[in-house]
Amino acid sequence: MNNSEKNRYVERFDAFSRLLHILVIISFLLLAITGMTIKFSDVWLFQFLSSLLGGYTVTGYIHRFAAIITFVYFFAHIYYLIRKKRRERLKIKDILSGENSLVPNKQDFKDFVHTMKWFFGVGKRPDYGKWTYWEKFDYFAVFWGVLVIGSSGLILWFPEFFTELGLPGSFINIATIIHSDEALLATGFIFSVHFFNTHFRPDKFPMDPVIFTGRVSVEEMKYDRPREYEMMEKSGELQNKLIEAPSPALLKVARAFGLTALTTGLIIVVMIIYTMIFVYQ
Amino acid sequence: MNKLYILLSLVFSVQLMGQSNEDCLACHLDNTLTSVRNNRNISLFVNERQFSNSVHGELDCVDCHQDFDPEDLPHLDGENIYKVDCSLCHDEVFEKYQRSLHGIAHENGKFLAPECFTCHSKHNIQSSSDDNSRTHKMNIPSLCGECHKDGTPVSTLQSVSQRHILEDYSESIHGEGLLKRGLIVTAVCTDCHDTHNILPHESPESSINRTNIPKTCMQCHRQIEKVHTKVIRGEMWENQPHVIPVCVDCHQPHKVRRVFYQEDFPNNACMECHSDPDIHKVVDGEKVSLFVDPSELENSVHKDNNCVKCHTNVTKRNSPVCLNSGIVDCTMCHVEAGEQYELSHHAKIRLIGNEDAPTCTGCHDEHLIKGKSDPQSPIYVRNIPDLCGKCHQEGHVATVHYEGEQHQIIKNYKMSLHGKGLIESGLLVTATCVSCHTNHRELPATDPLSSIHKDKIAETCGTCHQGIYNEFQSSIHSQSVSNSDEKLPTCNDCHLPHSVSNVDQADFRQKILFQCGKCHEELTHSYFDTFHGKVSNLGAAQTAKCHDCHGAHNILPPSNIASTLNRENVVETCKTCHPNSNRKFVGYLTHATHHDRDKYPYLYYTFWFMTILLVGTFSFFGLHTLLWLPRAFSEKRKHKRKNTDE
Repeated sequence: MNNSEKNRYVERFDAFSRLLHILVIISFLLLAITGMTIKFSDVWLFQFLSSLLGGYTVTGYIHRFAAIITFVYFFAHIYYLIRKKRRERLKIKDILSGENSLVPNKQDFKDFVHTMKWFFGVGKRPDYGKWTYWEKFDYFAVFWGVLVIGSSGLILWFPEFFTELGLPGSFINIATIIHSDEALLATGFIFSVHFFNTHFRPDKFPMDPVIFTGRVSVEEMKYDRPREYEMMEKSGELQNKLIEAPSPALLKVARAFGLTALTTGLIIVVMIIYTMIFVYQ
Repeated sequence: MNKLYILLSLVFSVQLMGQSNEDCLACHLDNTLTSVRNNRNISLFVNERQFSNSVHGELDCVDCHQDFDPEDLPHLDGENIYKVDCSLCHDEVFEKYQRSLHGIAHENGKFLAPECFTCHSKHNIQSSSDDNSRTHKMNIPSLCGECHKDGTPVSTLQSVSQRHILEDYSESIHGEGLLKRGLIVTAVCTDCHDTHNILPHESPESSINRTNIPKTCMQCHRQIEKVHTKVIRGEMWENQPHVIPVCVDCHQPHKVRRVFYQEDFPNNACMECHSDPDIHKVVDGEKVSLFVDPSELENSVHKDNNCVKCHTNVTKRNSPVCLNSGIVDCTMCHVEAGEQYELSHHAKIRLIGNEDAPTCTGCHDEHLIKGKSDPQSPIYVRNIPDLCGKCHQEGHVATVHYEGEQHQIIKNYKMSLHGKGLIESGLLVTATCVSCHTNHRELPATDPLSSIHKDKIAETCGTCHQGIYNEFQSSIHSQSVSNSDEKLPTCNDCHLPHSVSNVDQADFRQKILFQCGKCHEELTHSYFDTFHGKVSNLGAAQTAKCHDCHGAHNILPPSNIASTLNRENVVETCKTCHPNSNRKFVGYLTHATHHDRDKYPYLYYTFWFMTILLVGTFSFFGLHTLLWLPRAFSEKRKHKRKNTDE
């Protein structure tokens, strides 16, 4: 049975979501690298990085190019949600609540409390569902981040336009602070908290390739997200959703890309920490 | 004349009674009347007509011939007749005579020495204004010549060094004027030597003493400075004859001509010896060449000057004539340059024994002196950096003892905007070493007299950059506007000396931030907190630097209506980079900092909100991760055991 469960896979992310995450990774890394060179422009390490990339002008173009990708995936995702609602004839209520919804609910609060109990050794590991509370936080963090960093970024990109519309000049300064610090929060959060919660935690280390393969083994699901497994088993959905195991080639590519991205992110976060500790003190 | 009558009336009161001129002439009209004195027969005849026509014609004989007894014949004072004492009336003139060369010689019993009558005669004394008078100007040379012409006993005296005096004079420009042209205003013997007060030229009071000669000549040549402008410079000629050549150095006495020396010391006489390449002298056991390349002289700006015009101490008394003539003093003619050089650092260090410091010839060469407009000349504008570089190039003599901050100056200059203009573009109006340091009076920047002293630099640069200088003078950085005790910047604080670069160059644009930052520390910090500063850190040269907004030389506080940052001008100023600049856009705080709550509260609170959000999120999830980690490990171990169990 174990063997069969190990080789039985279900789809966790559809092709569009996988593509979307690849776009997020690429654009986010580019934005983080090029953005940090300006934020920490007085630090030799980032000055060196900037010259390595071709200087301020080149990184400026890269940053704007990656910003365009960000706006594209942001609206593509909105479009995806609308299409999904129509195609699957979902109601708003289904999207905003229920077991498969990404919107935090009462169950997440319970899960959080159970998790705390587990952390402090007064309970067993909670039976997590399809989306854990920290995964939901990640999802909305991107929403929040794109909105805040994106809008402040647009002000910085087109300051003459926005001031022509009546925005006071000092708002450009405020936009700079928001853009810069929110970006520091986002990069710091993704490259440490998200990396640990999703990839570096002992049971997934060094990475979880599911975001690229889209498939998770029934065995893993049964251990990792028992509530989801139980519900799928009960409803008989599991049998319908069974899918082939990911090909070794796909796994290889997924690992290579994933580990590259993770390493890049880690390097950036190490550089930031180095700067905070040794340069800014 | 009044004085004379008073004297006469005095004389009458004590005069011999009853002795009239008729009484005297009763005997003395006899032209055979003679007497013997010093074994010589002398005539005692008095020409009545001549006497009555003389200036003394109104006087009685006894007015001059006193103290004798007319009844006692022959009236002799011992062996001699009673002397006539001219000083009875002419006391002032006589005093002068007594002090004079002639008077002293007479006092010492020198029989050749002239007395009053030698020149003025005895009974036939005529006014010097009388054409027939021996002392009339026209007759002076022949009068003096009676004794001083060649062949007379006087001319053989050792103490009289001048020879052919009368011949030379008659050929001189003065003599020619007098004798050939009848020019009564020309100089005769007495004009230079004085009439009665004739003194040897060694005497400091002598009219022909070296120090008095200019004064003497200038009695007539009042406007001499007009034609000797370079030598005289105002009153130097008169007041400082010891530092410049005096008249007789060029215009020899008695034979004054326009060009006297050519006759005496022609160049070919000098070159007879000095064109020999082997000619040398030995100084302290070392050979010193005395060779003069004739072609050098021919190509020199001094080619029309005779050797002796510069080598002034050449004299026929020496053999060879140039023996120990010493070094040439260029300041004889180039007075102004000499004065400037005397003040220079070069002159000062030479004075304390630094032989490396240049004198005139160090830069101008010796015999091959070329004008500054000659491209072959070392002082031609394009050759100046190399000329100064002979000593000031890194590692050369001038840099050995130098302790200042300027290094590689020649190399840096050649790379600089000025140097490239000169060398690459051949721009002759560009600044070279001497444009800033002056050509003769260079001084270290620490010297308040220096052209590159911090108080003078703007003015020095302003000689070429007049427009910028005017702008700068009305800017806040000008002492006249700021009136500040603090150090104000001047040209070289931003435009590095020697390596002055083009202000459009990236290097300059980046460095200016730190130049301004030396004084405007806080503003520079806040500049680097904002976008312009941050990308400048990454080498973005085109991004706005201090002077792009504040102006460079015309910098003024924004409150000033002329400031580039004044409310009236700021939108335009931003437009140079941001074409769509507008009133609200210029509200961007280019020096904002989020650390100042009072000045920028919005920025301050936004920053703290963001920081709290950041710290909060990281604290929460950091803790979450830390708690998770040990649980996750034990869970994994449990899971593994379960798997192996199965």
